[in-house]
Amino acid sequence: MLKIGVKDLAKYPFLTEAGEYLKNTGLNLEQLGHPDWQPIVEKAYGRIVVASSGQIYGSDLETLDNDSELLSFIVAIILLKSAGIATLIRRFSLAESRRAERYLQQDLWVSRDKKNLELPLKIIRDLFAVNVSIDNEDFVIKVPDYLRRAIHFHEKEWKLVNRRVTNGLVYLSAHETVRLIRAELGEYINGRIQSVNVDSIPPSFRQRVEDLVSLAKKFSDTTYVSSEYPPCVKHGIEVLEKGENLPHSGRFLLATYLLSKGQTVDQIAPLFKNAPDYNERTTKYQLDHISGSSGGGTKYQCPSCDKLRSESLCFAIPDCDGIINPVQFGKKRKSP
Amino acid sequence: MNEKNVLLIESAFKEYYFNRFDLIHVPQKATQREFGYQKFNSGMTRHLVVKNDKELHLMLMKEVPSDVYCSNAYYTFPNLPMAEKDWKGADLIFDIDAKDLALPCRKDHTIFKCGSCNNSVTELQSQCPKCGSGKFETASISCKNCITESKKEVTKLVDILTTDLNVKKEQIETYFSGNEGFHVRVTNADYEPLVSQERADLVDYIMFNGAIPESFGIKRQDNSKSLLPTFEEKGWRGRVARKLFSSKSKVPKVTREIIAGGYSAFQVQLEEIKKTMGVRVDPKVTMDIHRIFRLEGSINSKSGLVKLQCADLDSFDPFLEACLLGNDEVQIMADCPLQIRLQNKKFGPYKNEIVSLPKYAAVYMLCKGLGNAI
Repeated sequence: MLKIGVKDLAKYPFLTEAGEYLKNTGLNLEQLGHPDWQPIVEKAYGRIVVASSGQIYGSDLETLDNDSELLSFIVAIILLKSAGIATLIRRFSLAESRRAERYLQQDLWVSRDKKNLELPLKIIRDLFAVNVSIDNEDFVIKVPDYLRRAIHFHEKEWKLVNRRVTNGLVYLSAHETVRLIRAELGEYINGRIQSVNVDSIPPSFRQRVEDLVSLAKKFSDTTYVSSEYPPCVKHGIEVLEKGENLPHSGRFLLATYLLSKGQTVDQIAPLFKNAPDYNERTTKYQLDHISGSSGGGTKYQCPSCDKLRSESLCFAIPDCDGIINPVQFGKKRKSP
Repeated sequence: MNEKNVLLIESAFKEYYFNRFDLIHVPQKATQREFGYQKFNSGMTRHLVVKNDKELHLMLMKEVPSDVYCSNAYYTFPNLPMAEKDWKGADLIFDIDAKDLALPCRKDHTIFKCGSCNNSVTELQSQCPKCGSGKFETASISCKNCITESKKEVTKLVDILTTDLNVKKEQIETYFSGNEGFHVRVTNADYEPLVSQERADLVDYIMFNGAIPESFGIKRQDNSKSLLPTFEEKGWRGRVARKLFSSKSKVPKVTREIIAGGYSAFQVQLEEIKKTMGVRVDPKVTMDIHRIFRLEGSINSKSGLVKLQCADLDSFDPFLEACLLGNDEVQIMADCPLQIRLQNKKFGPYKNEIVSLPKYAAVYMLCKGLGNAI
């Protein structure tokens, strides 16, 4: 059986094995309330603050204490659940999934030569039911497993026709393999956090919980919704205004919709400023690409209502009756 | 369709359904599939459950449908409305139709029928020479070439399915569609759960839609020969290499040309490759996971020919093997300006004349709108 060490758990603290490890140490919540453990509470708080600002919390696993890495993740969850602010939880999940993604990619890359891929492949297999195997330099997964995930990406290089496909398998690099499961990793971590129940917390945690409540205010101040937008676009804008993560497909919807309504790249770009992973250059590049002013010159069209429904981005209201694309909202009406 | 035609066709269909129970079976997992049928001059009846061959035969004898369909999807409750069926998965299906292949022979066997006076002509004209009307309906009689070219598409499809997508030969069933093409059904558990969008990307792979030069080693700048595909590679890279280089001795010369030509020129080459090497299937059929698809063994009312499995595709002659209606002579008024070939016999051309024909040929002309019962 695969032995998962504390260093592995520091990298992937959301694994069920982390709970078992803690149980074995005999440490409980009450003990964590002791002043001796305050540095862990501070570390946990710092971890949330970093995540909420859209950064990835970095750990130097060679020099740091693995136990405190693991514990700070657990305490961060307790703080987040006590504060009960969904926005912060989502931001934290996203940042933690990016952090795990980084390690996963490293582990796939580094251990490839050592033929010691058991842990990263086990994580992918157990958490996302994808069997990844290795063929020379590449990672391979079954075509249906690939399609299920890749159809959510709009870039042409993710189309199956642009991959190497043989014997029912798709060939991927370590980076691509991890990229493919990114969204699921975030959802998994979010689900794990949601499933945790916190009844009472030690007094030493309270101040930091209050701090989190004030921190969250920053993300819920301004909500701008124009009544002319269809509900899917409104939803996307609301999510971004709250500083929460909007999946790539949601951002693509906003960009293509607003471009189709005559807005310019410079007018649209600030909308994404609040996104947890905002990067001015990347945003500009992607908007230019979507608008057709760079890249292959293809101007991307707003996705259809059908596609949005399948991506869980449709929030149809009666006014949506009879339209097949958000750009028709307000124009086309179902004939009486 | 006029009543007299319906009566003649229905009697021929009923006779076939009664005599050829051996050819008509429910597909595997029948109880999880939705069945449907159409009658002449009537709408579609669907959301039916047909549990076994016996129930199917009973339905065919009772209703004598013009067309019979069965879902490629499996449901928990196939007889409930679509939203409540509980979709569980679906076979992968492909439709290859000669009319979608832009074949040069099509113009030689397409008949234009005037919408007002029913006069038939073989060349598209702005006005009917008989009554001056500008409305025409088209009828097509497929030729040997249409079938040969459709078979080539099937062969390309089967090659991609088996080599790239790991579908076993025994999981692929090829059928003559009953009119102008072929249907291919894949029963492979790995592909069953794929939803519409996933099937859309799979069908793009098969059609070679959306390929970008980067995937074949051509970037916008700084190209080097080391990234170009090679003969031995599997999948589309290998196929593209074999097409581009045609022989190993030409590799150095063609490589130089490709690199000198750059990105845009290569994009054009990929478009050309798509036309010749991409499989020309109807993507809408493969993407549709709730479709009811023509049932094997049933008659296609567009022609009176039967949708039939091809044991050996190369030698399969649909005009002989799928032409299974009776051969008693019947009289019809035929207006068929082209000669047709069925059961290795030639019929026509006929110019608005009463002719005595075997039932299979009479029904073929009635189904194509090229004759009327008298």
